[in-house]
Amino acid sequence: MMLRIEGAGENALMVYFGAETSPALSAQVQQAARLMEALLGPHLVDMVPSYASLLVIFDGFSCDHLQVRRLIRTTLEPALTQPETQAHACSRVVELPVWYGTEAGPDLEALSVRAGLTPEAVIDIHQSGEYRVYAIGFAPGFAYLGQVDERIAAPRLATPRLKVPRGAVAIADRQTAVYPAVSPGGWNLIGLCPTRMFNPDQEPVMPVSVGDVVRFHAISRDEFLARGGELP
Amino acid sequence: MSLNVVQPGMLTLLTDAGRLGQHRIGLTTGGPMDRQAFLWANRLCGNDLNATALEVSIGGLVLEAGVDTTLAVTGADLPLSINRRSAERWRTHQIRAGDRIELGFARRGLRACLAVAGGFAVPPCFGSTATVVREGIGGLDGQGSALKAGDQLPCQAHPQHPQWQLPEAARPEYGQAVTVRVIPGYQQAAFDPVQQAVFFSSPYTVSKHCDRMGYRLEGAAVQSELRGMLSEGICLGAIQIPADGQPIVLLQDRQTIGGYPKIGAALSLDLDALTQLAPGGQVRFAAISMAEAHNALLLARCRFQAIALQAPAPGG
Repeated sequence: MMLRIEGAGENALMVYFGAETSPALSAQVQQAARLMEALLGPHLVDMVPSYASLLVIFDGFSCDHLQVRRLIRTTLEPALTQPETQAHACSRVVELPVWYGTEAGPDLEALSVRAGLTPEAVIDIHQSGEYRVYAIGFAPGFAYLGQVDERIAAPRLATPRLKVPRGAVAIADRQTAVYPAVSPGGWNLIGLCPTRMFNPDQEPVMPVSVGDVVRFHAISRDEFLARGGELP
Repeated sequence: MSLNVVQPGMLTLLTDAGRLGQHRIGLTTGGPMDRQAFLWANRLCGNDLNATALEVSIGGLVLEAGVDTTLAVTGADLPLSINRRSAERWRTHQIRAGDRIELGFARRGLRACLAVAGGFAVPPCFGSTATVVREGIGGLDGQGSALKAGDQLPCQAHPQHPQWQLPEAARPEYGQAVTVRVIPGYQQAAFDPVQQAVFFSSPYTVSKHCDRMGYRLEGAAVQSELRGMLSEGICLGAIQIPADGQPIVLLQDRQTIGGYPKIGAALSLDLDALTQLAPGGQVRFAAISMAEAHNALLLARCRFQAIALQAPAPGG
């Protein structure tokens, strides 16, 4: 397969694997990230794997974009396996508990009405899905999970909230996420998760990495509190 | 042993050169907005170029020395005084315990840098001391706090230390207008030639939305043909153009991924001058090739190394 390579900045290249959201493409991005790490070694400064692209930032004084492009063409490209064959290779499954409901998720009601479903049906659909971690960014530990069932997909709020609580489980379009910290945000809130998504004092800092699979399961308010959840 | 914060100023942050290699957990780089000022401050003090210093935005910082040491202030033109006597920037000063160091408010430029001999001894957080307030990471408490009155900034005693100044000709000047060189990239192909011409030929003004995450500019709107794209990695200086057509130059505290089209990225060297602009400052963009960018970066590094520091005039 022929990857598309674009310049990004003075010491950065973007590698594009496609233009859609799919576990197969995401797995290929993951594979490429691992290979790039080995290929560039000490020349690698940082990388941002995302849905269907990989931003590669290199040390512009010890190598240059021509060298990195050449490595991508001559070594990375041929080494990439076909996406179909490895869509689910090396995916770890992470279970996240969620206290769903209108108290924990102030947008659950509106989202249900919009979807023409009961809140219970929305919860059922959300927790029966398997979500892949497509990207981590926006804020420390913010994992973009997809794809949400089309029946419960919902656009971002017209006016974002100034304060979304830590642990808020939210939907935006066909993505879902757990807010790792209190922050502004425009996603639809449907519940609260007691698991810390980003904890600098813990190793690993995050319970998930890009490429992992996340499953949600419903817990009660009491269980949420018992697991260390804090009421917003 | 420390320098003690009497008044923290508008926004004063402890920072080293930045946090690298942590994008995969969503951490941005942080680091000094005016990198050149940061490097000179450390070099004047004889420090490692990654040593932790203070970035003082706008000004208003007052410190009291709890130790004998040497310090240097570079960057924005602001009044510097030591024990209420005016002191020169871009050179080191021997400080004695009890001395009061005051930085007034910037007259030209926006951000000054204060380095101390040996650097501030702050434990790194994810490999760096860079304070990123938005993320709650780095700085004195490791939780991304800006300086507060009463903070004690740990540093070593240096009762005797070589004193240096940067030759005047090598000191940058801060104006009201900046040309930012841009390496076209990312979604540049989605901006047709007319839109690119608009972007590279129009003057833009720094809006009031300018902070460590990004500088939002106002001027001729630029439209792309792109309708919706997947979120992707954002490098330093990337120039994002949302639906309203107004460019945003993404800076040290930028979000690491985003889904707006980008026309390219600014040359890092020019971010020093850009981030010294206050709202109302004028910005123009000029396209350069990747090769030209590399030449400029190499030249800047050579020049930095070639400039010899001088012994300061006595008294200064």
